Amino acid sequence: MTPSLRYRVFIHASALLVSVVILAPFAWMVLASVSTPGDLIARPYHWWPQDATLSRYSAIVHGSGTDVASAFRQSIVNSTIVAGATVVISTVVGVLGGYAFAMLRFRFRRVTLLVFLVTYMLPPIALLIPLYLMLSALGLINTKLGLIVVYCAYVTPFVLWILANYFLTLPAELEEAARVDGCSRLGALWRVMLPIARPGLFATIMFAFLLAWDEFLYALIFTSTGAAKTIPVAIADFSGRYDTDFGLVASGGLIASVPPVLLAIAFQRYVVGGLAGGAVKG
Amino acid sequence: MIDPSAHLIPTRRQVLLGGMGAASAALLAACSVTGNSSKGSGGSGKGTLQALFMQQAGYSTDDVNAMLGRFHSANPDITVKPTFVTYEALHNKIVTAAAAGAYDVVLIDVIWPAEFATTSIVADVSSRYPGDWKTAMLGGALATAEYQDKFYGVGWGMDTKFFYRNSQQLKQAGVADGPLETWDDVLAAARALKSKGVVKFPLAWSWSQAEALMCDYTQLLGAFGGTFLYDSGKLAINTGGGVAALQWMRQTIVDGLTNPASTTFLEADVQKTMNEGQAAMGLNWTYYLATSKDTTQSKVAGQIEVQQTPAGPSGKRPGVNGAMALSISSGSKNQDAAWKLIEHLTSEQELDKYASSALPIWKDSYTKPDVVASAPATFDAAKAQLDDMILRPGVKNYNAISQAIQVELQNALLGKKPAQQALDDAVKTATPLMQG
Amino acid sequence: MADLAQDLVTTHGVSPPGSAPPPTQRKWTRRPGWTATLMLLPAAVVVFGVVVYPMLRTLLISFFEVNSAVATSTPFVGLRNYADILADRAFWSSVGRTLYFTVVSTGLELTFGMAIALLLNAPLRLRWLFRAIVVLPWALPTVVNGAMWRGVLNAQYGSLNALLTQLHVLPDYHSWLGTPFSALNMLVIADVWKTTPLVAFFLLSGLQSIAPDIYESARVDGAGPVRSFWSLTLPLLLPSVSIVLILRTIDAFKVFDLVYVLTGGGPANGTQTIAFFTYAQAFSNQRFGFGSALADVIVACILVLSAIYLRALRRGEMSVL
Repeated sequence: MTPSLRYRVFIHASALLVSVVILAPFAWMVLASVSTPGDLIARPYHWWPQDATLSRYSAIVHGSGTDVASAFRQSIVNSTIVAGATVVISTVVGVLGGYAFAMLRFRFRRVTLLVFLVTYMLPPIALLIPLYLMLSALGLINTKLGLIVVYCAYVTPFVLWILANYFLTLPAELEEAARVDGCSRLGALWRVMLPIARPGLFATIMFAFLLAWDEFLYALIFTSTGAAKTIPVAIADFSGRYDTDFGLVASGGLIASVPPVLLAIAFQRYVVGGLAGGAVKG
Repeated sequence: MIDPSAHLIPTRRQVLLGGMGAASAALLAACSVTGNSSKGSGGSGKGTLQALFMQQAGYSTDDVNAMLGRFHSANPDITVKPTFVTYEALHNKIVTAAAAGAYDVVLIDVIWPAEFATTSIVADVSSRYPGDWKTAMLGGALATAEYQDKFYGVGWGMDTKFFYRNSQQLKQAGVADGPLETWDDVLAAARALKSKGVVKFPLAWSWSQAEALMCDYTQLLGAFGGTFLYDSGKLAINTGGGVAALQWMRQTIVDGLTNPASTTFLEADVQKTMNEGQAAMGLNWTYYLATSKDTTQSKVAGQIEVQQTPAGPSGKRPGVNGAMALSISSGSKNQDAAWKLIEHLTSEQELDKYASSALPIWKDSYTKPDVVASAPATFDAAKAQLDDMILRPGVKNYNAISQAIQVELQNALLGKKPAQQALDDAVKTATPLMQG
Repeated sequence: MADLAQDLVTTHGVSPPGSAPPPTQRKWTRRPGWTATLMLLPAAVVVFGVVVYPMLRTLLISFFEVNSAVATSTPFVGLRNYADILADRAFWSSVGRTLYFTVVSTGLELTFGMAIALLLNAPLRLRWLFRAIVVLPWALPTVVNGAMWRGVLNAQYGSLNALLTQLHVLPDYHSWLGTPFSALNMLVIADVWKTTPLVAFFLLSGLQSIAPDIYESARVDGAGPVRSFWSLTLPLLLPSVSIVLILRTIDAFKVFDLVYVLTGGGPANGTQTIAFFTYAQAFSNQRFGFGSALADVIVACILVLSAIYLRALRRGEMSVL
């Protein structure tokens, strides 16, 4: 039964309204990133920049020295490395651990899984002081490795929880049958279980990446120089005591948003499943 | 099949759990509550120094890097690695870095020596001060890093809030040329500007809930003849000049002379508002004048004049001491080299080069014609104002006290409480914190 | 899905995944081997070392008076830090603000999220485009979101003021972040804008699991679209809604990044949520014992909420625990 014309107009108009509300701030950021500082503080405001300038983007990409823009470029590199390592390590550890959970049976299994879930929920502020002391004792303050260690610890339990849930839904016979066919335990994991757990896997990759890319408090406290500063800290740094060029904030922010946005669009289907308890419908 | 002796051999699970338990007990026992409080040492006088600075304030990043370059040429066996953070992040950075001894040299604000000295975060450098410094340095600069008669750093970048006015807008409003000597004159000028429609909100201030608000309030408190503390050390802001100043501040908002958005402004916003021509008068640090002349960000280039802060009904016109100081971290293992760096950065020849960014700490600099010529109007105003400065309380818990007062000041400025009540509440909350 | 799995299904008659019998009926005949333990070890070490141990240490610090980052004397004070917390008016104010923030933002997110979920479920043209657009705010890093809204809401040159005055909705620029209550509401708006997409996708997955035949029979019975929404859709979505509710509540307890970038806790502490209050006490005032106690209070609340979350999960879509 085809929906009525009025209904179709209604839903398309609503969708349009929602899209405008969502896209408007983005659009403004794009415009602001190419507007001159003079344009940005003009009243009445010039929506369209009078002389568009790509100077901020080129400063970020080409700038040298210790100015804010090149520090931002360095932070992009740092964030990429930290996020990449976090994703790889936490996924590997989480897959192995989740698989073990599904295979192992021990009395505290349920409790341990719960503990893993809860660690993801903990507020960063709760662990901040001891973590800082620990990292400084190990000489990991202001290093990318230190951040990677912390982020992996934060994300791995959650990854484990999601994947354990997936693996537990799989019939034991499937794995046994694979073993009978000649796979080792790890082989069975790789060729049978993982493909089925793909939605959960994508969800975990996405969460791990977003967490490492987005995380602020630990990065703020644990890093101080370009050696390890990540993007969120660099952006917060843009507002100095006496100078805030919003155009620079906007251009930095847009660049910082590209990887997560691409990932989110690619993996949007799997996001929800992770939070809903490891099972995805559709 | 069940192995009958299985219960004797620990299961893997038990091994895992047991290992974790033992490790945790060991770790917890071994570590003190706060972890390593490493003792600092003099060091070899060479090596790498980590230095913490503030970005884009007073001395710019470029200024500092140039200074560091010259230091390295003069001391090739010392390498300095600078870090620049925003002012808002500076305090907490110093605190968290202290536990790890991450920095050797740190830049501190004038309001922090009490806190950092009592919590052993910065080292006492009184013994390193050459004798002639006490006479060669400006009194305000000496006081910057002083606490209980000891020095915990060296003043760097004297700063105070000057009064800036847009002479062109004032002329349009028919106000006589020349400095506005009293706050009453300022009000009269503001009314003229407003009634003639030259500027809707002639005054802009940095009254957001931040230390900036305390700076403005302190300066006005001085102008109205109040004091921060009694001689006994108790807070005195809820009497006399303290109350009058706050009432005056609120009144300017009520009368529509002060931009009501000032309660969200920091100094950067005052700068932008004035540069946009949206405000004709305001208080700001030394750096502001140069930005107003920069045509890429200012519509009022050449129109802004700097002058000494106006006087209140008491006739007084002290400037708030907004200086900063370079200190040595008490956990630094290279304190001798750190002192060499500080000596270089605070030396007269370095500071004279950047007089338009921040004021030098040496009395001599103010008599040198070429130094004065780099920023004549500022030096003129500075000469008078730096002689008469008002300090915020130098107590260990200043941060907490300041926050308590800031909240109440904002309550009054936003009209939620009358000024007297706000200040009474501020004193009530802050007094227990004064003991430290 | 691997061909191998398909092979197994056909050759061994293994039932396809998803149709497995509930775990309790599965027979485990193997003893846990060393392989499994080894696979678990990295995770155990990581979790223990970097989460459990610091958690315990925070708890330990909370029983001492630690008033410096390099404190040399840290007297044991037992539960005094906790008593101080309960007596601290600023603490309760921050709790109140956090509650307000939680309730309002979650309420708005659920409402708008439901609407958008329904839209995403509807027969739209270019639906893929709409989905991609809806995902955008959620993918934006939190710090960027905060910085963006700070620019939008700026009292002197923000785009919202510019828009509203140029459209003649407002006579003049307004200071959105200037008063405590208004700033708190702006915090809510920034959070709602960013998080509603996530809620929408969540509810969408719930919506899509509802069999369309139900609506068909409802229509046959004479129920209009509004009626079938209230009586059919909503009750069936209740599990999803309750999960969102709990997760968002937990998140609201943690909200820090947004506050830091958007308002810095002000004005007049108007946006000082409980996590921010903890940070300010511990670092700006160097009250580490007090700050640790505060952190533990937050953790306790989150543990309670997590327990509720897990119970809701169990009652909800699925659980294997």
